[in-house]
Amino acid sequence: MSPPALSLAGLSVSYGRTPILRGLSFEIAPGACFGLVGESGCGKSTAAFAALRALPPAGRVTAGQIGIDGQDVLSLSRAGLRQLWARRVSMVYQDPSRALNPTLTVGVQLAEAFTVLGAPDPMARAEAMLARVQVPSPRRLLAAYPHQLSGGTQQRVVIAMALAKNPSLLVLDEPTTGLDATVEAEILDLVDALRREQGTAVLLISHNLPMVARMCDRIGVLYAGILVEQGEAGEVLGAPSHPYTARLVACLPGAGRRKRDGPLQTIAGGLPAPGAALAPCAFAPRCDRREAVCLSTPPPERWTGLHMALCHFTPPFPAPPGLSAGAPAEAGARPVLAARHLSKTYAGPGGAVRAVDDASLTLAAGETLGLVGESGSGKTTLARLLLGLTAPDPGGTLTLDDAALGPTIRSRSRNDRRAIQIIFQNPDSALNRAQRVRSILTRPLVRLAGLSGRALTAALSELAQGVRLGEAHLAMRPRALSGGLKQRAAIARAFAGRPRVVICDEPTSALDVSVQAAILNLLAGLQARDGVSYVFISHDLAVVRYLADRIAVMYLGQMLEVGPAEDVLAGPHHPYTAALVSASTAATRIRLKGEMPAPGAVQAGCVFQANCPRKIGPVCENVRPPFDPDAVHPVRCHLPAGELPRVDRRLAGANS
Amino acid sequence: MGRKLRMVAVRCALSGLTLLLLSAVVFAAGQVLPGDVGRSILGPLADARAVAALDHQLGADAPPLLMYARWIGHLLQGDMGVSYAYRSPVAPFIVRALGKSSALAAVTLALVVPLSVGAGILAASRRGRWQDRLVNLGGLSLTVVPEFVSGILLILVFGVWLRWLPISANTRPGTGAPEQLRHLILPALPLVLVLFGYIARITRAGMIEALDADYTRTATLKGLRRSQVILRHVLRNALLPTITVIAAQTSYLLGGLVVVETLFRYQGIGSLILTAAHGKDYPMLEAGILTVGAAYILSAILADALVAMLDPR
Ligand SMILES: Nc1ncnc2c1ncn2[C@@H]1O[C@H](COP(=O)(O)OP(=O)(O)O)[C@@H](O)[C@H]1O
Ligand code: SF4
Ligand code: SF4
Ligand SMILES: [Mg+2]
Repeated sequence: MSPPALSLAGLSVSYGRTPILRGLSFEIAPGACFGLVGESGCGKSTAAFAALRALPPAGRVTAGQIGIDGQDVLSLSRAGLRQLWARRVSMVYQDPSRALNPTLTVGVQLAEAFTVLGAPDPMARAEAMLARVQVPSPRRLLAAYPHQLSGGTQQRVVIAMALAKNPSLLVLDEPTTGLDATVEAEILDLVDALRREQGTAVLLISHNLPMVARMCDRIGVLYAGILVEQGEAGEVLGAPSHPYTARLVACLPGAGRRKRDGPLQTIAGGLPAPGAALAPCAFAPRCDRREAVCLSTPPPERWTGLHMALCHFTPPFPAPPGLSAGAPAEAGARPVLAARHLSKTYAGPGGAVRAVDDASLTLAAGETLGLVGESGSGKTTLARLLLGLTAPDPGGTLTLDDAALGPTIRSRSRNDRRAIQIIFQNPDSALNRAQRVRSILTRPLVRLAGLSGRALTAALSELAQGVRLGEAHLAMRPRALSGGLKQRAAIARAFAGRPRVVICDEPTSALDVSVQAAILNLLAGLQARDGVSYVFISHDLAVVRYLADRIAVMYLGQMLEVGPAEDVLAGPHHPYTAALVSASTAATRIRLKGEMPAPGAVQAGCVFQANCPRKIGPVCENVRPPFDPDAVHPVRCHLPAGELPRVDRRLAGANS
Repeated sequence: MGRKLRMVAVRCALSGLTLLLLSAVVFAAGQVLPGDVGRSILGPLADARAVAALDHQLGADAPPLLMYARWIGHLLQGDMGVSYAYRSPVAPFIVRALGKSSALAAVTLALVVPLSVGAGILAASRRGRWQDRLVNLGGLSLTVVPEFVSGILLILVFGVWLRWLPISANTRPGTGAPEQLRHLILPALPLVLVLFGYIARITRAGMIEALDADYTRTATLKGLRRSQVILRHVLRNALLPTITVIAAQTSYLLGGLVVVETLFRYQGIGSLILTAAHGKDYPMLEAGILTVGAAYILSAILADALVAMLDPR
């Protein structure tokens, strides 16, 4: 049998004197795909860098062995290491815009990979490679600079560069975090196809468990630099043998779970701080199954066949204590916010661009409207219109509590302004870095709610308690907080003025599943308490399903479908919704033809015509499909209701 | 490319506007400052009629707006006016002084750029070690020493005590270029010391960012040689902020010249302006200041162009 593509044996790594990885061992068979999961900071990236001997300067391998194709990597000379890098291994990172050199063209960077191999005519090879990763017009792309490309295309270029050498091992570190759902699905399809074609082994690192489950043969779960479980992918996520894995899986809002079914599971506490002394079982402080032996004796590696768990005990593990929460708010019938015929036209180089095209929506008190669609589909512009940050084209109307709402923030009263707030994906954009959390929260209380003195102090502590920030957090500056705590602070800031409507723009897509679950619970809880309404923008359909009462699907500035969440996801739905839903399921995926056209490119007919797998014919090109925003579940398509597609809607996820 | 050209055009137009504003301010200041031109030239004992006649001859009694228009018109034709003090055209003075100052500035930049960029790169590649700390701390402490303090110290050490370098920046006519350059080293050093810290630290920061960047790791993992990684991927990105800082420091350099030129009795544009200000020689003063302003704006445009060339964004 040929040697494993990658084998780690007892690998320990430190940054300076801080141990990060502790005796990591696993193997990846040639051509296999191994997934490494765990909360951020557990050492996933460090393991990836160490495996390729590409640690940052402070990093050091302190013990263990690394083999790639049977070659001892740690004993390689500089020249040998360069040969390894040039011919056998590749890596793709989370942010493609940073993996590409901003000052060199795509062609130059890609050709380098061939020049190193001594290949003749590297530019022609580069072009051929771009064709293989299915970018439109590879030749033109050669001359482009990275910043001129979309995130999806950038990642394709990075993948082209990684596969140029036909590596035996490809490391993907969060390769699709930050990409849209459909783009993510396409990129993963591409990696999967190319790897099967070339027989490349893959180490896939991600905090997205369903995605890893879909892609990988085997999975390893990392906790505080220790591999606590590994085994066949379906088994590890479907029937976890370690309490940590079980808790991680339970955090997912999978299997059609809705907010009315109760809050999501979370994992109390966090990873031990780097360098902190560990209990004999590192997970003990957060473990429900913990017994005295866990604090006195290190757990053994329990192997059952090819499945390993590092724990004194075997499943079943006790169900975590039920989370008590008030029943979620019943969405009232009275509309809080209503938008009618909102449009926003920007002057573009090739003529006017309709970023939002005749959008209408109604939001009842205590209701959540999920807004889904690829980036560039107008979600953010619509959010800005509702907030009054962008002035709509003449003709549209906004009403708040049945009273006309000014089109811009300047034309709105203080009361109207505080009624609509926003939470961003990146909480940093809402938090002033120079201020402490306390002053960040005090400001809107004074300015929007007009509080002072004792009332202010009381409101501040109520606000902080509501998002479970302690006194200590209030005294810190944002940069000292973790991603989840920062998002709590941003949520508290948004809730300071007792808003009626909060727009949530991808608030959890950069967070670990455990943190995501806590934030989603928090949002649901605040809604139950205050009866606030949400416009919830996300590309994660499982998350939208959990939180949303109704869902609106946007494409090229238009709403293609609006309706009750269950109905929209269950179908029959718009052909585009069908593609979105299928992109997040394990079942066969409906493929889109090509990329989303540039806004403004479609002048007549249906905006989805260029990509629609169900296109009828000339009618789709010439006639705008009808759409009645006041219907319960309008679908903007010429297909008769009975012929609209329906996807096997079983959402992927190990626990479904 | 069209976008870039448009940017350059806008930039030039704005610069022209800035210069026009500067000229107006300079001119207005000349009008407001106390002192009568004819009187200051002819001295306190001169006859009032002679003063008035001279004022008229110099055009100093015309309405201000008219004078300004005339002045600008002449400037645009390359005529900077006639010096009150020397009773001869200003332009040759400015040209000569500008030449001398440029030589001094050139020597300064020629010394400081390689030194500080080299030190910054060294510090970045020896991060956290003594070389890094030396560059950081040394640069920081040198930056805060005023030029006249370091200038005097340098004169005492290298000029008086060690006698390695000539104290005076001026040379006798007919001196060869190498000897002239040698005379400029000591005056350039105080400026070098101040600029060194800024440039070295920004270079270090840029290098560290580029060395740690994902694209650098991408390049390394392509199997490129270390030297190729540094030359093709790191330096180009790392030095972009350095270029901007060097250009920004040129403004400082122009100000610093006044101090150094005075200290070393060097007839550059700085001391020309200072002398003109003392003698209320407004045409000279105005032309001098405008020249410095133009030089400043030009260096900023050049730096922008360079950065735009190196950085496709
Ligand atoms: N260059 C570095 N120097 C020092 N510590 C680091 C460095 N990179 C990462 N760490 C620390 O190592 C730990 C593991 O980080 P990382 O491997 O990036 O985890 P993950 O990829 O799972 O999020 C974290 O505590 C992180 O703060
Ligand atoms: S060894 Fe004990 S504390 Fe550790 S995971 Fe197993 S049950 Fe929990
Ligand atoms: S109208 Fe035609 S092109 Fe548009 S979604 Fe329906 S079938 Fe497809
Ligand atoms: Mg990571």
